[in-house]
Amino acid sequence: MSSSSASPSSAESLDITSTSALTIHGPSTVADAGYHMGVVPEVVHDTPAATPVKFYQVGSFAVGNRLLPVSERSVQSDPKRFNSLTSGHRACQGCGEALGARYALDAAMRAADGKLVAVNATGCLEVFSTPYPETSWRVAWLHSLFGNAPAVASGVAAAYKALGRDDIRVVAQGGDGGTVDIGFGCLSGMFERNDDVLYICYDNEAYMNTGVQRSGATPPAARTATTQAVGDDPGNVFGQGKDLPRIAMAHEIPYVATATVADLHDLEAKVTRAMSMRGARYIHVMVPCPLGWGTASCDTIKIARLATQSGLWPVFEGEYGEVVASTPIRRQVPVEDYLKGQKRFAHLFNPVRRDEVIDRLQAQADRNIRRYGLLPEATSPTLPPIAEEANA
Amino acid sequence: MLTQLEGSMAVARAVAACRPHVICAYPISPQTHIVEGLSAIVKAGELPGCEYVNVESEFAAMSVAIGASAAGARSYTATASQGLLFMVEAVYNASGLGLPIVMTVANRAIGAPINIWNDHTDAMSQRDSGWIQLYAETNQEAADLHVQAFKIAEELSLPVMVCMDGFILTHAVEQVDVPEVEQVARFLPPFEPRQVLDPEQPVSIGAMVGPEAFTEVRYLAHERQMQALDVIPRVAEEFRAVFDRDSGGLVRGYRLEDAETVVIALGSVLGTIKDVVDERRERGEKIGALGITSFRPFPLDAVREALGAAKRFVCVEKAFSVGIGGIVASHVRMAMSASPIANYTIVAGLGGRAILKSSLHDAFDKAVADDLPALTFLDLDHGLVERELARTRADRRSGPAAENILRDLGAVRAGSR
Repeated sequence: MSSSSASPSSAESLDITSTSALTIHGPSTVADAGYHMGVVPEVVHDTPAATPVKFYQVGSFAVGNRLLPVSERSVQSDPKRFNSLTSGHRACQGCGEALGARYALDAAMRAADGKLVAVNATGCLEVFSTPYPETSWRVAWLHSLFGNAPAVASGVAAAYKALGRDDIRVVAQGGDGGTVDIGFGCLSGMFERNDDVLYICYDNEAYMNTGVQRSGATPPAARTATTQAVGDDPGNVFGQGKDLPRIAMAHEIPYVATATVADLHDLEAKVTRAMSMRGARYIHVMVPCPLGWGTASCDTIKIARLATQSGLWPVFEGEYGEVVASTPIRRQVPVEDYLKGQKRFAHLFNPVRRDEVIDRLQAQADRNIRRYGLLPEATSPTLPPIAEEANA
Repeated sequence: MLTQLEGSMAVARAVAACRPHVICAYPISPQTHIVEGLSAIVKAGELPGCEYVNVESEFAAMSVAIGASAAGARSYTATASQGLLFMVEAVYNASGLGLPIVMTVANRAIGAPINIWNDHTDAMSQRDSGWIQLYAETNQEAADLHVQAFKIAEELSLPVMVCMDGFILTHAVEQVDVPEVEQVARFLPPFEPRQVLDPEQPVSIGAMVGPEAFTEVRYLAHERQMQALDVIPRVAEEFRAVFDRDSGGLVRGYRLEDAETVVIALGSVLGTIKDVVDERRERGEKIGALGITSFRPFPLDAVREALGAAKRFVCVEKAFSVGIGGIVASHVRMAMSASPIANYTIVAGLGGRAILKSSLHDAFDKAVADDLPALTFLDLDHGLVERELARTRADRRSGPAAENILRDLGAVRAGSR
């Protein structure tokens, strides 16, 4: 289902902005009841969690927040936000994961009225936030191991259910290694049981905490410490890796969404929607890593945006195994624009340009565009050459 | 009330009587009957306020227990053998976090070669995991130890492993006085965690600790086990006050008065050993037995006291440390380090091999005469071993030892090589 399914009604109801940034959904009793009544669960929402905000800063294309009515503004713009992951932690400058976690957790805290427990997998997020004797977490927080965060979260959720505390909500979070690789079995088990947990994966596409080794989420051709830019086929190989959002959807859980730190409004809205539902929910957030990707700290959001605008990173939502909404590409760019700014792909351009590899990555982007309906049919990438169109 | 039932069912009912909030289960023999029993109890609605979670692995089972315990729920799981090894990372994590989880280990051998029968290799592999380890001699004690385990665990904020011999106890049907809910309620107070995930008072549990304080955190883990040396006997006393029977404690002596030879063991083999001791006492031999209930913490003082003026001890062990020998024996030698006495290790019952009275008699005959090797593998088929050693000497590519031995025994068709 493409973005054309987005209901225009909410946008039209707004005055000067003609846009809707954040749609707050009430608790979805329907979803829960449907699941437990044994009937085939059906999609609950027929509009995206957030429709795009159309105020863009000149040059950066960052989304404007200040022009929105107060009620539409981001959770993060609220001076009384929870600061679940507060300042003073030791993340690198420009860390996408710290940014994503901050927005996601504060949105979850608001949705849960502060009654939230966060379970964290081992990884950068855990290490930079809790070096003894300090902690940056202003939310009840538990770290156990690298590969068991989904199961630990299931245990927390089971405990509150047993103790009659359905008001306390549970979020689990981890990086791509902890999610798609070592924690995958536990994650699949949590999904399969439809445990009442929102799991958020902050995907920076490699094991950054241990020094940028390849993970099951590392894209083809990317240079990592275990897929070096040497030999005849430098970087990570093609034909490997997991598409975890699709795997999550195959479990037919109530809610699956992708997001990036390029659209934090959208991330907040998706967390908010996920929190309005019960059962197993999954949000997969792209979070660029300046250190691992070889990008400037100031370019984290820009790089994430290029990922979405090239089609390499489809932004969509799914419910009960069906894609229900996707965010259209606003200003398409060739994948080259995304790749060029990152040292992990530098070997695609120097010392010789490797067009055949760039073309394969472009084909992946094109496939995403077709699969998720990211462009109107008329501008389908299979017709005009994208590079020319974008450069025009 | 005495009931004729399977050991696993007795344990399931004892655990249910402790009103756990979260039970997580993954099947592995010979533990399965316990969690099956608990599932039936929960599913029938006899344990309201309990969540039974069917997980996808033992690693997840322990992880669910960790999350549940940290959220303030009384948490229980059970495993054995490969399952215990599969959850090891989480086993250490549970004790490191100080979470009072209770877990049954239905003791079973570890492969390869794969073997589903009883020995103590699984639990012994976790002796340094930071968990308290209690070993049950009978099904009555297995049921009782679970009730005591929750109290010990929650008082010390440490996890407790209750070890019971797989099949020998778990599948044995005999009379057990199953702890009743009302009795347990008088004995076991509601779970009040020392640390808990509470949105009203948010804390960070599981923070990273570097060299500046890691030693101190680890020391405190040891200190709490030292406290358990006092708590375990006290809880056994409190248990007797409510249930009117002896169960648990640190060690259990049998006919130790004036004993010159003391046979030391853990678990159900003590029954056989006691029979052997009785027969030898009838012949006038000064021999007794010592059961070690608490292997972690290891009660050095209680063992030394129990050995008294004995001239020698013999450890009958269902596991051993490959490359050195007896595990329990090394602990007892440490207890006796101030006044060492002769000692012998008999490794017996590996992978379910029956421990026969006649074999024990033969070994004890030699021990009493101080004519037993320091390390003996009871009823070892020396011929079988020598033939395989000869094969490995003769042929560089001698093949898998387990299969060679089975072929030698005629258990598989004689064959290709």
